Amino acid sequence: MTANPMSAATPSASPDPAAYVRLARVTKKFGDFTAVDEVSLDIRRGEIFCLLGGSGSGKTTLLRMLAGFERPSAGSVYIDGVDMSTIPPYERPVNMMFQSYALFPHMSVEKNVAFGLEQEGLGRDAIRRQVGEILDIVKMGGYGARKPHQLSGGQRQRVALARALVKRPKLLLLDEPLAALDKKLREHTQFELLNIQQRLGVTFIVVTHDQEEAMTLGQRLGVMNHGKIVQVGTPSDIYESPASRFVADFIGSVNMFEGRVSEEGTGFVRIECGELGCAVRAERAVACGHGTTVWTAIRPEKINISRRPPAAGAAGAENAVRGTVREIAYMGDMSIYLVQIDSGKMLRVTLPNITRGGERPLAREEGVWLSWHGSSPVVLTE
Amino acid sequence: MRLTQRSGQRLVAGIPTLWLLVLFLIPFVIVFRISFSEVRLAIPPYTPLLSWHHGAPHLEVHWSAYSFLFTDQLYISSYLYSLKVAAVSTLCCLLIGYPMAYAIAHSGSAVRPVLLMLIVLPFWTSFLLRVYAWIGLLNNNGVINNVLLYLGVIHHPLALMQTDFAVYIGIVYSYLPFMILPLYANLEKHDVTLLEAAADLGARPWRAFWRITVPQSLPGIAAGCLLVFIPAVGEYVIPTLLGRTDQLMIGRVLSDEFFENRDWPVASAVAILMLLVLVVPIMWFQRLERRELEAAK
Repeated sequence: MTANPMSAATPSASPDPAAYVRLARVTKKFGDFTAVDEVSLDIRRGEIFCLLGGSGSGKTTLLRMLAGFERPSAGSVYIDGVDMSTIPPYERPVNMMFQSYALFPHMSVEKNVAFGLEQEGLGRDAIRRQVGEILDIVKMGGYGARKPHQLSGGQRQRVALARALVKRPKLLLLDEPLAALDKKLREHTQFELLNIQQRLGVTFIVVTHDQEEAMTLGQRLGVMNHGKIVQVGTPSDIYESPASRFVADFIGSVNMFEGRVSEEGTGFVRIECGELGCAVRAERAVACGHGTTVWTAIRPEKINISRRPPAAGAAGAENAVRGTVREIAYMGDMSIYLVQIDSGKMLRVTLPNITRGGERPLAREEGVWLSWHGSSPVVLTE
Repeated sequence: MRLTQRSGQRLVAGIPTLWLLVLFLIPFVIVFRISFSEVRLAIPPYTPLLSWHHGAPHLEVHWSAYSFLFTDQLYISSYLYSLKVAAVSTLCCLLIGYPMAYAIAHSGSAVRPVLLMLIVLPFWTSFLLRVYAWIGLLNNNGVINNVLLYLGVIHHPLALMQTDFAVYIGIVYSYLPFMILPLYANLEKHDVTLLEAAADLGARPWRAFWRITVPQSLPGIAAGCLLVFIPAVGEYVIPTLLGRTDQLMIGRVLSDEFFENRDWPVASAVAILMLLVLVVPIMWFQRLERRELEAAK
């Protein structure tokens, strides 16, 4: 299993009494294709849960089953303790923000937002007041009379959000909420979404393929691959203690080496890595026997780069290799170095550019030492 | 390069313009001119609008054809009857055609071409022949009456022929494809996620259909209704073969004025007035279309 017992706890193993949304062994098949494969998941009231995965990982199908547009082939979906199997979308206490926003093109912004309230049979004055309030919250107060085609992408996104929120749902499903926005707007909107979520106390389930979006929005993430949830945890759980090579590779970038466990001590293992040309001492308890094949993953920012070998006894003195800088990418806030170590493998190292000028920067083809702390490597068995 | 492109553009736009000019505008001007003259026994059988008297042009405008239309009850009642028949037939076509178009638009990709083919298939047989076939079906000793008599549902043959009912049947049957095809073209483009969004917001399927599908298909409805309504108003063959003899439709009146009475000015005035009546729905349609273009931007 994994190095971190925290992330190993799958939700099905320990049912959460506070679960607001519960998926119990939910499977969805389209013909021969299994889009969602026996997924069990508990989502707490008021949290922001992100489903993260590549295209075809089943995340959108999962969301559509929560909304009621797809029926599970097997398993059940519970919302607030009620089995949703036979409840059609128009009777679920759930609203969805569609990736395409799905605004009604023949209706004004006001009419779009009022639509949901009209279905509840609310009075005209109540509808007008609530529509006005929610449009103010999403900062679209002055745009009520516009038609969707007269709005920019960011404005449409706000209207879609307002339309979903005006019904005061307990659960809001967001399908790639920021995908259609440009980078600057996306960052801004992201924080605004968080703000609105906290103000209204809605449970959010967000589907995204963008790990950055998932990390900043989600209080917990579920990483999906081939219809299964491969890991659930907080963003830092998933980043720092990935459960598998897939997760380590999918979230952020990582340097990965295959190796063999050569020594097991208390609180540490030593791994002989042929690719690295040295042994790695990882300060992690790993439940695996002597001689098993494992993978060591080290994040680029956790590798130290220096011209001189680390002093004996200093942190990282043990985990050190020599290499040559092959490529440097200057990103402004940080630089990415591709370093070829003596075994021939290429390592990715990132360093923040802390000082302005000052020290002589590293040059290409310069010989360097790479080192890392014993707590940095993650040992993966699958 | 630029020059040839521009002249190519002119050619492409010019041919249909010339076509419309020669085959529609000029005949229209001729008819318009005749409607302001009087009958006379000559060739052509009407007075000239413009003549020369002692070297000076002399304009001779007669309003008698138009005033005649409003003095004889026959014309007004024929207009109203035609509009009523066309409106009822259009409504029937819409009520029958909308579900059919909807079903085709939502059918599987394998069946869809077959269904569309079936809609177009009747056009392969002559229109006249198909209307004649209805006589055989509706006659006193036609198929429908014989079957009903045989089954004992009725004891005396129903008078189906030469009724409003027969005209409606004939028009709806003949013009239904013109309703279905534009509706299908519209419904097929609809975005399914809009209906999902409506359901998500609490709208039951039937309500979502009314609030989302119907308003979005208005341009298709308008196109279909116009394609049925306009030719139905001037329809000649169907009412002549199947319709009443005591109440004529305006197409029949026009033809009678022209061929039986040889009153070209009145016939022309009937045609011009019919055109004016039809301009209103055409302009309404164009407004709808413009709105759709704007929304599609």
